[in-house]
Amino acid sequence: MDVLWDSTEPLTVRQVGLRLTNRDLAHTTVMTVLDRLAKKGFARRQRDGRAWRYRAAANREAYVTELMLHALDQTGDRSAALASFARRVSDSEAQVLRGALESLGETPRD
Amino acid sequence: MVLAAVAVGTVPGAAILASARWPYRSPAAAILLWQALGLSWGLAAVGALAGLGAVPGRYGVAGGALSGASRALRGAALGFDADTLGAVARLAVLGASAGLLTLLCWVLVAATAAVLIARHRHRALLRLLAHGDPKVPGALVVDHPAAAAYCVPGLRSQIVISAGTLDLLDQAELAAVLAHERAHLRARHDLVLLPFCALARAFPRSRLVRRAHATVALLVEMLADDRALRQRPARELATALLRVGASGAGRAPAGALAAGDDEVVARVTRLLTRPARLPVPTQALICSAAAVLVAVPVTLLLFSL
Repeated sequence: MDVLWDSTEPLTVRQVGLRLTNRDLAHTTVMTVLDRLAKKGFARRQRDGRAWRYRAAANREAYVTELMLHALDQTGDRSAALASFARRVSDSEAQVLRGALESLGETPRD
Repeated sequence: MVLAAVAVGTVPGAAILASARWPYRSPAAAILLWQALGLSWGLAAVGALAGLGAVPGRYGVAGGALSGASRALRGAALGFDADTLGAVARLAVLGASAGLLTLLCWVLVAATAAVLIARHRHRALLRLLAHGDPKVPGALVVDHPAAAAYCVPGLRSQIVISAGTLDLLDQAELAAVLAHERAHLRARHDLVLLPFCALARAFPRSRLVRRAHATVALLVEMLADDRALRQRPARELATALLRVGASGAGRAPAGALAAGDDEVVARVTRLLTRPARLPVPTQALICSAAAVLVAVPVTLLLFSL
């Protein structure tokens, strides 16, 4: 997936394999992985002659944002899907927490 | 009708429990009582409606409801004039009872499905984006500046820490966070929370249900805090909580925060003051109260007294 994200143009299976030089992967392995990514909607593919060309469906930042939105529970309801260490706080509560840190002799880091 | 009394009685009971202070001292016992209250309310509400349409018999309300339904249906089929209205009324309350039972089961199934789908998507994203880090062994790291630390429960559970949290906390605090999250995963706290989430989704307008959900969520966090304290000092966990909270990463959009306000403050206060646990006899009393709460509607449903 990193290879697709780093590339500006759609890649064939062979090109992806060539860019994964640090790992010795069989052509069919790369093909299977790309096929699976495409089925899950993370990659898009288009015909180019006899080969498929793959590109990322969205950039990495978009996925990180989705992940964090879900993690920070800002999508609305507090679901049981994930369990956050500290739940979201209001501005006034954050102020109280900063005060509490200082009274413990700790400096708030931001 | 005892069942109706139980169904109605659990409501003020839940309100009292939501504002009680002792649950902070023994979160496990309090959670048990909450579960008993919820289960008892559901059984009693379904049973009370069924009881209205039941024929008194040997097998309690459940058996009576079945024979009541068949008698009413037979009566309607034969076309008795005198009792048609009674039969229709009987079928109506039995239908309402079955409907409530179906609704309660359905919201639980729907909530479970929603949770499983969300987790599946989340795991797929993590596989693409997250990587390990020697600072937090056993956890995944996502490169994002906001402070977030959470776990994805399930058979293949995962703890996730954002790069922002790695920068924010020192090594000891990170260890405390990991201990807290591991406690969640090991005890499957997500399963405790699931029915309350389901109820909150089913009755989004009910303030009491929302409060029950928020209270149980907070108690579960306290339970995990207690568990983490067996491995890490309280102060580490407290400062970790304060830092993550104060960083405001999870800041709620204005106005969206109804329940859950001051949760972090409550947990930190509890960590730093360490209130004494309830004495064992009191805890035993709470557990037996929970058992009675569930036993009464079950007995009335299955056996006639």
